Amino acid sequence: MTIDDTGTRGSAHEIKRYGELFAGRTRGMTSSAMRDLMAVTAQPGVISLAGGLPDTTTFPAEDFAALMARVAVDSSAAALQYGPTEGMDAVQRAIVQVMAAEGMRVEPDDILVTTGGQQVIDLVCRAFLDPGDVVVAEGPTYPGAVPCFTSYQADVVQIEMDDEGMRVDLLEATLARLAAEGRTPKFIYTIPSFQNPAGVTMSLPRRRELVRIAAERELVILEDNPYGLLRYEGESLPTLHSLDGGRYVIYLGTFSKILSAGLRLGWASAPRPILEKLNLGKQAADLCSSSLTQHFVAAYFEQRDWRAYLDRLRDLYRRRRDVMLDALAEYFPAEASWTHPRGGLFIWARLPDYIDTSDLLARALREQVAFVPGRAAYLDGRGGSEMRLNFSGVADEDIREGVRRIGKVVDEQVALYGTLTGVEPARRRSSAAPAATADEGQAHVLPLRRGAGRESR
Amino acid sequence: MRVAVLQGGSSLERPVSLRSGARVEDALARLGHEVLAIDVGPDLVARLQADPPDVAFVALHGRGGEDGTVQELLELLGVPYTASGPGACIRCMDKVVAKHALRDAGIPTPDFFSFSQAAFADLGAARALPEIGARLDFPLVVKPAGQGSALGIKFARGAADVPSALVAAFSYDTKVLLERYVDGRDLAVSVLDGPGGPQALPVVEAIPEGEDFYDFEARYAIGRTRFVCPAALPAAVAARAQELALATWRTLGCAGFARVDLMLEGSELFVIEANAIPGLTDTSLLPLAAEAAGIRFDDLVARVLELALARSAAAAL
Repeated sequence: MTIDDTGTRGSAHEIKRYGELFAGRTRGMTSSAMRDLMAVTAQPGVISLAGGLPDTTTFPAEDFAALMARVAVDSSAAALQYGPTEGMDAVQRAIVQVMAAEGMRVEPDDILVTTGGQQVIDLVCRAFLDPGDVVVAEGPTYPGAVPCFTSYQADVVQIEMDDEGMRVDLLEATLARLAAEGRTPKFIYTIPSFQNPAGVTMSLPRRRELVRIAAERELVILEDNPYGLLRYEGESLPTLHSLDGGRYVIYLGTFSKILSAGLRLGWASAPRPILEKLNLGKQAADLCSSSLTQHFVAAYFEQRDWRAYLDRLRDLYRRRRDVMLDALAEYFPAEASWTHPRGGLFIWARLPDYIDTSDLLARALREQVAFVPGRAAYLDGRGGSEMRLNFSGVADEDIREGVRRIGKVVDEQVALYGTLTGVEPARRRSSAAPAATADEGQAHVLPLRRGAGRESR
Repeated sequence: MRVAVLQGGSSLERPVSLRSGARVEDALARLGHEVLAIDVGPDLVARLQADPPDVAFVALHGRGGEDGTVQELLELLGVPYTASGPGACIRCMDKVVAKHALRDAGIPTPDFFSFSQAAFADLGAARALPEIGARLDFPLVVKPAGQGSALGIKFARGAADVPSALVAAFSYDTKVLLERYVDGRDLAVSVLDGPGGPQALPVVEAIPEGEDFYDFEARYAIGRTRFVCPAALPAAVAARAQELALATWRTLGCAGFARVDLMLEGSELFVIEANAIPGLTDTSLLPLAAEAAGIRFDDLVARVLELALARSAAAAL
């Protein structure tokens, strides 16, 4: 659209006029200063441990070429056409296989193919939320869900986690408190396995408890499970969906982490009345997900061994996780602690309270390294001394070097604080101690406060 | 005329700078100039040497662009450029230097102390921290000396908050400022130079709105703000704010344009800081104030450009 006759870019003066027209829900929570800071992390030369990218370089280019050629020859017209909103049969059948690999039994009809797992979050918000409705989430929660919740003007209540995942006891207390206020959450959003960002996994007893609570109170759970198959050690745990039999659980899956994020294909499996609402929402959002990439997935599952590729990814990510854990043990001071994820893509580190990781990021960027400051994973201002580190999308040597540089600036701040207060820095640990993600003592759930960026300039 | 618009760079204010630059480019194109957009990086000097523009419009904010670094290079290369020269940029960017200059000139600014990292490392300054509480009443605002946006600004309610606030501020600079917190109305006066000398534009007031603010940092980080121009102030107060802005401009030696931020506490005005290259985006305060004075954005850009050329011509005499 041309809005300015002088050429390439819309005149800023014109754009200002639109500002008056934007809906209140477009005012995000993230501060403009924070957005500016994150924008600098994408500069060339910066080792970014801030991403969440799968490593797509491992996918064999010849396979990609052969499969796409096959799609072009066999299904050209259909691949270039609209498809059904619920997705292609063959893709639904592939999803049935993937879910079966985690012990879930579903029928193709129980599945809605979506444009990435992210769309499921959006569709669920669209179907369930009126402004001010309560959503329960983990604290910290997936930073990418935050703009979605805020854009539907949800009141997000975050439940603290420990190394067994969401504190279900705190959940019950919170539900009771909300009930006393006459409020019922519309859904509980959780990533039970290898949580993004905390890297922790909900224990089996907690999973059973959560499912019991949902059934007793007739609450819906949105189970976001992008990483369940990326387990690097230990036994797999049943999903909430399999424990509950799919009665109160909306299950979110994705091809992004087991095949390719560029396909933009995910799915929802949900009780039929919910699935119908999600389908209606999807019709409004995009009619259907890409036929082209669905044909690719169908061909891939028919002609290649998806489990073999998954094994390669697991080997790669396990190694990178270990590189990062070793680097953290070597370069982070004893005052820091971090999670020891048994799968997934992220490690969550906690620094002493007196270090603010948003400010630390500004310092770290001068050393050409980036991470996600913890506040991005909370809606209530918590997480100030925490950070998310990604190991899946970064080469081994960059992981080591990146952690070394962050360790250096953390050391600097620990030493400075010591100078200011007379507190001696602790002695460096000799080996990595697995650490809890949350202080047992400071349990609390804080309601979301909404606000929007102040223009600082 | 060939006008290079210097923007972007690697400072933390890069995104704002790109928005300022884009808007300036649009205006220059409408004014009939040939626009050369330059995202400032390691090839800046090579580009300016290979293809010298007639004049450079500096739309950079923050470290590197607003602190005199780029201005010094432009002087050396003989490229005329907009707004303040290196000296004024250095004085504005470094809040400690600016506040000392203001205080020496008798311009009211909140009481303060500043520390360098070296003072703590080499001179045992930590032992002097308790003195601060005795000399300035809490709460205090702790700021990095040279950070243009809200990043790194902390609020210390009491002595216990000071060390972590200092650690945060030192993330951005080797020098920090501890300043008495002025609880009042947030004002900004932009100054625009012209043939008849610098002119103070109408006062803008930033009014936080909507939610209640649970703390100072949140107010700066996520508060929603409404800007009113001209601010609803008694005429005498508005005139005094403009007078202080002009005094600040003269004291720091600004040129072209600048923005002076003030606080109004009761009936008393305090100058907080001056910005040598204020934002020029669609939501920025200088363009807003200019518009309130009947100066359209294109005219603002044209005037600043003319001043740059006139200054360079005068220097060549």
